[in-house]
Amino acid sequence: MRRIGIDVGGTNTDAVLIEDERVVAGVKTPTTGDITGGILNALKDLIAGLADGPGRIDAVMIGTTHFTNAVVRRRDLSPVAAVRIGLPASASLPPFVDWPDDLAEIVRGKVFMIEGGHEYDGRPLVEFDAEAMRSAAREIESSSITSVGIASIFSPLTAECEEAAAAIVREECPGVDITLSHDLGRIGLLERENATLLNACIIDLARRTTRAFTDALRQSGIDAPLYMTQNDGTVMKAGFAEEFPIYSFASGPTNSMRGAAFLTGLDDAIVVDVGGTTTDVGVLQSGFPREANNVVEIGGVRTLFRMPDLLSIGLGGGSLVGPDGAFIGPESVGFRITNEALVFGGDTLTATDIGVAAGLIELGVRKIAESLDPELIKAARGRITAMIDEAVDRMKIDATPVPLIAVGGGAFLVPNDLPGISEVLQVEHRGVANAVGAAIAQVSGEVDQVFNDIGRTAAIEAATEMAKQRTVQAGADPETLSVVEVEDLPLSYVPGDALRVRVRVVGDTASI
Amino acid sequence: MADPREIQADELTALSTGAWILGAGGGGSPYYSYLNMREMYKAGKRVTLIDPMTLDDDDLIAVVSSMGAPLVGQERLRDPAFATKPVRMMEEYLGRKFDAVMSLEIGGGNALQPLMVAAVTGLPVVDADSMGRAFPEAQMTSFAIGDLQMFPLCLADIRDNETIVVRAASWKWMERISRKICTEVGSVASTCKAPRSGKEVKDWGILYTTTRAIELGRAVEDARAAHKDPVAAALDHEGGILLFRGKITDIDRRATEGFLRGSATIDGLDEDAGHEFRLEFQNEFAIGLRDGEPAATVPEIICVMDTLSGEAIGTETLRYGQRVSVIALPAAPILTSERGLQNVGPRAFGYDMEFRSVFGEEAVS
Repeated sequence: MRRIGIDVGGTNTDAVLIEDERVVAGVKTPTTGDITGGILNALKDLIAGLADGPGRIDAVMIGTTHFTNAVVRRRDLSPVAAVRIGLPASASLPPFVDWPDDLAEIVRGKVFMIEGGHEYDGRPLVEFDAEAMRSAAREIESSSITSVGIASIFSPLTAECEEAAAAIVREECPGVDITLSHDLGRIGLLERENATLLNACIIDLARRTTRAFTDALRQSGIDAPLYMTQNDGTVMKAGFAEEFPIYSFASGPTNSMRGAAFLTGLDDAIVVDVGGTTTDVGVLQSGFPREANNVVEIGGVRTLFRMPDLLSIGLGGGSLVGPDGAFIGPESVGFRITNEALVFGGDTLTATDIGVAAGLIELGVRKIAESLDPELIKAARGRITAMIDEAVDRMKIDATPVPLIAVGGGAFLVPNDLPGISEVLQVEHRGVANAVGAAIAQVSGEVDQVFNDIGRTAAIEAATEMAKQRTVQAGADPETLSVVEVEDLPLSYVPGDALRVRVRVVGDTASI
Repeated sequence: MADPREIQADELTALSTGAWILGAGGGGSPYYSYLNMREMYKAGKRVTLIDPMTLDDDDLIAVVSSMGAPLVGQERLRDPAFATKPVRMMEEYLGRKFDAVMSLEIGGGNALQPLMVAAVTGLPVVDADSMGRAFPEAQMTSFAIGDLQMFPLCLADIRDNETIVVRAASWKWMERISRKICTEVGSVASTCKAPRSGKEVKDWGILYTTTRAIELGRAVEDARAAHKDPVAAALDHEGGILLFRGKITDIDRRATEGFLRGSATIDGLDEDAGHEFRLEFQNEFAIGLRDGEPAATVPEIICVMDTLSGEAIGTETLRYGQRVSVIALPAAPILTSERGLQNVGPRAFGYDMEFRSVFGEEAVS
């Protein structure tokens, strides 16, 4: 099995080649505005380092923060027509009700609320108002909106209304993108609808980006299926990612933690990922990131996605260092570090200069760094240690010493000795751990649905079978499936035997 | 006696946070009620909170709630107009207007139900409820403990279905009949319970619980903002006790007799390392066992909070791997009285054990 993993970050594009569970080569190049250029450069550098050329590649896995950043920075987003089916219920809380105003203003193209939806037991709430849907679709068609998000009450239980609405939209508005909420999962109308609308607003960007990825691969002469990584450490096929880009949100930190586990062979550890501007501290449990307990907000929008539990602090290789070393960050020179840091001939004192001066890493012109006041270096290193120590301590849940894995371009800044840490691991390829994590990602499938009157065992069996099918559809080798999560929840106050079952299955990617 | 006062916009989040903790794992998340209130405040509506002791004896008070399964409430969201519907029905049935509105239960989403009705009708909200927390059934209120009349009850569906239970033989019959109707309309309904006189509220209500929830929520939010321990802040504020700190390692949930029953096992961390805590629940957390020995029981309020954020965790949202703190908060004295324990003590939930207060004998009146 030979795989290429690529991480397209805001600053750098990293690529690695993995063969038989071993990192063969890894490279780091600057991200370009068109994305394609950065990937092409990374792949060129990667292949140049291989004596026998790329050879046969089984799969390429790309992780990117591109879509998350689009939402966070409110850039490249498409206006969306939101269709809510469920009146007369839930009338007072319309789509976008809990979005930050600035984001809602950009994304809220049109809002339609229509009669329909279902009960928890599958009975219709009221009859679906197909006529109202048709007139909404005509209004969408006569506008400039090209993306529609549709959410119906209890659609995870029965998708009938969403499917019927989508059929009408397809008839009346040929060519528009349609995101249906039941494809994105869970019970919880507002959170599911939010995910649907977020997906709808980045679907156009996602298509362009995914195609840029595909083009870059083709131009590099690599003929292998393309996958995109998701926030849970698994991947989806590129075609699926074009339709459901929201699943890629927060995949970057997940990849770096999974990569850290792979590079060290440790399944349980603290991972400290030091980038150019920020440091993310996370916790590996059984080889996967520990998940956040709470409802997760993306760009200020509440969703029910599983996300890694992370603590971000304003410390990175490009962080500005105050004159006496007592203060570091949160401001950073970011990707301009190769021009602005002292060791690169610039005139800004950065954390990287401190690292070079202290002999932690060989970079740029060491002499410049050596001219720094030793007291300043000492104070700055003390401050860096204190910042990392505090973040690590906040993420730890008990006092037992645990190993710490340092990854990312600024990993050298992590001190060797920290309280509560049994050992600090600095391993080869640590700088491209996120690309490694992408390369080793698995595929997954999930079901979350209410089952009526078939008994607990049968319900879990049915859900597991559906989740397995979805995993195979997502690109898994059927021989490697394993069930990683089973959760059943009887519905309180509901008569009979209503059970909500959630099952998640993962498997290795099929070699074509 | 406090003067009537306007509830401020920033108190709405505090009320939600506090009410979710007082829900003892039940009552449903207050988030959707909060959003409704936020929208109404944005539109210029305001709600007045009044001291229950300022009520006239013959004032007429609406006791409101949303009844049903919290999970259904995540899809069919709360709506102020819908919350108000049974109040109008009751006024029409009685041929008399209400003077104020109050919550059935301060725990969970129902803490904000009277605020939504108040924002629509202009009625003031009484700073009181009838549980001081959340409980699953109609007979588990201070009004039931006081043996007050349990009818009539108005129940509205989002469609054009309206039901009035004109009479019921007992509080338990009222529970059975109204539950049946609620289930039929989709396991969520707006209700206006048996109306109360001002005297009944003063004599039998659990007083000042809206203020209690707001202040509790504010203590937790302030601690969070200052990067201090929010769980410790809740304990300080309420005079509560930390029962256990650990990580959830097993959850067993099952539906019996229309309720969510089950248990959660927590493996100890920090000072509790090497010990195990088991929570048993019936919609709300009913008892807590430390290494097999009872550590807390109903009616005292057993809450599970996210150790880091201090966010309350409901019995429906308990998940494997969550790092939690289990705390106990004192119950309203009427609930731990001899009559109270008959309705809401461990035996009322099917546990063959005596109630023993976490807080020592002096806490039991």
